[in-house]
Amino acid sequence: MKLREIAHSRTGDKGNISNISVIAFDEADYAHMRAHVTVERVAALFAPIARGKVTRYEMPNVAALNFVIEDALAGGVTRSLAQDAHGKSLSSLLLDLDLPAPTEGAGA
Amino acid sequence: MRTIRLGAGAGYSGDRIEPAIELAEKGALDYLVFECLAERTIALAQQARLKDPASGFDPLLAARMRAVLPICARNGVKVVTNMGAANPAAAARATRTLAREVGLANLRVAAVTGDDVLAQLRASDAALDNGGRISTLGNRIVSANAYIGAKPIADALAAGADVVITGRAADPALFLGPLIHEFGWAMDDWTMLGKGTVVGHLLECAGQITGGYFADPGVKDIPDLARLGFPIGEVREDGQLVVTKVAGSGGSVTSRTVKEQLLYEIHDPKLYYQPDVVADFSQVRVEEIGPDRVRVTGGAGAPKTGLLKTSVGYVDSFIGEGQISYAGPNAVARGKLALEIVRERLALTGVRASETRYELIGVDSLHGAASIARDPYEVRVRVAGRTETLEEAARIGNEVETLYTNGPAGGGGAWKSAREIVAVASTLTPEGAARPSVSFAD
Repeated sequence: MKLREIAHSRTGDKGNISNISVIAFDEADYAHMRAHVTVERVAALFAPIARGKVTRYEMPNVAALNFVIEDALAGGVTRSLAQDAHGKSLSSLLLDLDLPAPTEGAGA
Repeated sequence: MRTIRLGAGAGYSGDRIEPAIELAEKGALDYLVFECLAERTIALAQQARLKDPASGFDPLLAARMRAVLPICARNGVKVVTNMGAANPAAAARATRTLAREVGLANLRVAAVTGDDVLAQLRASDAALDNGGRISTLGNRIVSANAYIGAKPIADALAAGADVVITGRAADPALFLGPLIHEFGWAMDDWTMLGKGTVVGHLLECAGQITGGYFADPGVKDIPDLARLGFPIGEVREDGQLVVTKVAGSGGSVTSRTVKEQLLYEIHDPKLYYQPDVVADFSQVRVEEIGPDRVRVTGGAGAPKTGLLKTSVGYVDSFIGEGQISYAGPNAVARGKLALEIVRERLALTGVRASETRYELIGVDSLHGAASIARDPYEVRVRVAGRTETLEEAARIGNEVETLYTNGPAGGGGAWKSAREIVAVASTLTPEGAARPSVSFAD
């Protein structure tokens, strides 16, 4: 299955840093998301685009993860050569991540 | 318990005006707040001010004020905005003049100044977030503005302002200021300042919490996006927030739209740095309590750092760009051939570019090598390069345009541009460097 089947996402930018939220549609899927949407997998997915460190912040209060990716925006929105200088479209790449299907009844 | 109603009338400088009018008319608001400054806006405004001392503020200021001030005056709604950009005093004078024209002779318009720290910063050699230092920018620096806090906005309201116009203020502070003024929150009550920051953070991008920047057909549908309404925050004296919108307006407010905005442009949710407080979003709760009504509780805060984020605008480089389209069978192959031709011609003609991009829109222009290959029906070639001169930037677009008669078959719709880039880097400035003050326009 794809991450987009259980989560939604929004990208934000500050300077040359992108943050991409991953929010479970159903709070019961948060644990599955937390187990499989790891720093390692996100760093591998974004390796062709971002050169910097990837940090994950956990927000169980809203069943969400927040990925902060450094050096991700080709110098930042004010000087980037990119068509999407803000990196607004990056959330769509993250939502395409492949996940194992959650085991029956093990959602929480 | 007392409740104040804050409306968000704009989420960026070019935002739609109709939702602000709708809020002023039907929102039963106490305050209408327009957030209109992006990272670079103030640097470009400063360049405009250098050419014309009466300019340097938001180009839509007059249109917005003309549209809402008569309604706000009638309904007792005060206006707070950062549309002052690089010249809040001139923006206040322009607003005052406009108010007279529409019959509001007694409207009190305040300007908050003091965010410009260029003089103080030139004397320092502060480090920048891009790895450089102030000294290395030399005379390329255009502007330096510190993100000031909510106190001067609250002061202006206490002094009787109907309209408060700032330059660079922290976006959430535009909402926090009215709350401090109305509820008398102390400037060292970190919990309440943290809760007020959650309010401002959620509302400051306007339509982004009512269904804008959210819809994904069949997955996350939003009704009536064309008439997307902007949010209202009902804020209680204890800091509890209910996010809603005008009944009958487009869009929707749900726990999903609110959560996406809660995490928008934040890093560590425990440490959301603001001029007045370090806000903590880690215990925030989001609950749907009715149609288009979402309750937000649990914001917190810790003492401020005493440092202000400061945006430094500087003349960085020039960017040249060209595009051309190919369609139908073999379009991707012709697009790739076009890219190779331009690459070779720029080398042959000696155009020096410190950084370049050769990409196919429709294939790999957004996600680069991370893109998943699926051949589209049509592609658009895009070449962009960074140069030290405008002339060289222009040659990049020209070499794409020449593909019409000198490139692969069937290229159409060529387009080119060459522009100077004013970029922004950030540094931290001790808060004493900024001297916020309030003045009223005559």
